[in-house]
Amino acid sequence: MSARTEVVSLIEAPRTRPNVLVVVTLTILGLIVLLAVFGRLVSPYDPMQQDLGLGLSTPSSEHWLGTDALGRDILSRILAGAASAVVGPFVIALGAMVLGNVLGLLAGYRGGRIDSIIMRWVDLTFSLPGTLVVIVVAGTFGGSYWLAVVLLIILVAPGDARIIRGATLEQAPRPYVEAAKSIGVSEPRILLTHIWPNVAPAAIANASINFAGSLVALAGLSFLGLGVAAGTPDWGLMVAEGRSLLFVNPVAVLAPAAMIVLTATMVSIAGDWVYERLSSRGMSR
Amino acid sequence: MAIVRFIVRRLLAMLVLLFVISFLVFSLLYLAPGSAIDVLLKNVPRNPETVAALTAKYHLDEPFITQYWIWLQGALRLDFGESIQTTLPVTGEILARLPVTVFLAIYAFAIEMAIGLGVGVLAALRQRSVADRGLVALTVVGLSTPAFVSGVFLLYVFSVALGWFPAFGAGEGFLDRLWHLTLPAFSLAIVGSAFVVKHVRAAVLAVLDQDYVTFARARGISRSKVLFQYVLRNAMIPILGVSAMVLAFLLIGAVFIEVTFSINGMGSLVVKAANSQDLPMIQGVAIFIALIVMGFNLLADLAYLAADPRVRNRTLA
Repeated sequence: MSARTEVVSLIEAPRTRPNVLVVVTLTILGLIVLLAVFGRLVSPYDPMQQDLGLGLSTPSSEHWLGTDALGRDILSRILAGAASAVVGPFVIALGAMVLGNVLGLLAGYRGGRIDSIIMRWVDLTFSLPGTLVVIVVAGTFGGSYWLAVVLLIILVAPGDARIIRGATLEQAPRPYVEAAKSIGVSEPRILLTHIWPNVAPAAIANASINFAGSLVALAGLSFLGLGVAAGTPDWGLMVAEGRSLLFVNPVAVLAPAAMIVLTATMVSIAGDWVYERLSSRGMSR
Repeated sequence: MAIVRFIVRRLLAMLVLLFVISFLVFSLLYLAPGSAIDVLLKNVPRNPETVAALTAKYHLDEPFITQYWIWLQGALRLDFGESIQTTLPVTGEILARLPVTVFLAIYAFAIEMAIGLGVGVLAALRQRSVADRGLVALTVVGLSTPAFVSGVFLLYVFSVALGWFPAFGAGEGFLDRLWHLTLPAFSLAIVGSAFVVKHVRAAVLAVLDQDYVTFARARGISRSKVLFQYVLRNAMIPILGVSAMVLAFLLIGAVFIEVTFSINGMGSLVVKAANSQDLPMIQGVAIFIALIVMGFNLLADLAYLAADPRVRNRTLA
């Protein structure tokens, strides 16, 4: 039994003109995505290049955010780190959306045995603490970024499946579904082109929640040493590496930490906004 | 007795789930890359004697199901074998670290509920005011701040820059421990507080909308009496469920916080074990945490029953 209370939203009413907060959010997110793709091109130094002669240094005109213990430029590593912060969560959110939506539609529409099999899997993953599962499996196989991505898809998709199943149950008895059935529309087509568009706002909103959650989870696993390989420019790993340098160059820790919070927050706000827009357009009847 | 039947039914369901989890956890030894001998021997130089000794000790020459059965019998007595790294019994290591983690979790839970209830109720009563909007914005940021990130921020401000609190360790004795764990507990509580605020605010708003609240005010019942006896009592029901979820989150957050603040608890134990692929230790901790989380879930269900006569009638009927 979990408490399902109404979710508070920063963007209260659907607006016709764009909200300042939304414009700022989308701009920052756009920049971060650009960084994820082109980060290495614009970074002032090679993020992997060590300068052992320089070693740890505080911010200077040459290294704006200073360097880490191996003399690597912090700013360059933060720019390059956008890649692992965006790519993995995107794959997880998309993978979980596809898997969860297909299973949720099937469970809600067909009911019966397929429904109870899918729901048992949902119950099992809901009763396990997800992060712990990833830690245990990573401990067994040796941690890696893509292993964590695959595991998170499997652990996150049940949330999507549960939401879509509920929404589908609500749509299935409606006249338009009846009508489509009676004129002989095939089942995959009813599910994908008739029912899915009506449950899509919930699916997309949940994908953005999953994106923010996976960003934090992947960064956390890298922080614990169970995510990206040592040496990779990654915000979570940078927090772990810089923790002992907190007395000398705190920026080396605080800057990547701030990037994690900033990106996750922006994704949540953007998700809220997309949800409000889609539902106010009458897509969720 | 309906209540006893309910608890028995829930305990049986938990037992089935635990059985499934234990099977998955045991299978890890065989899913891990390399043979079971490779996993258990690690870098220890091997000779026929050590291999034979391990085979006998872990019954590796028996069929898989028999091995599982033998392992399960041990697990039921909380015997998970010895850690590969330290060669000490797994259960002993876990129990030695449990008190620190429990202390940290309870401390953080108290902070979360205090902030969550106080701020959540305040925001709901001042709905749509500047303060409410500001608090809602803060919860959005708080929810996106993982424990290890809030950890390094608090560590920097209060320990490195201001020097008010120690930067690592768990301290000895109650007061010293309270002092050492203050920063970790607050770091751990930030994300949970945001979660509680969000749900408390929503729960209180839902009750404030009810006709019986308007009617109570119309009958001339004082504001504070309406708040405590009408609004909060009814809002507590969803909040109880949230607080049980929060406890399970705390346990996972503690893993990150213990690493951030170098606290020698169960969290840092499982991370160390995972980083060195110490399977018996991983298996032991996984079962322990699964047990604790399931216990919380059962408690949450019982709390619902105690708080809400409607749920009680529906579930026990």
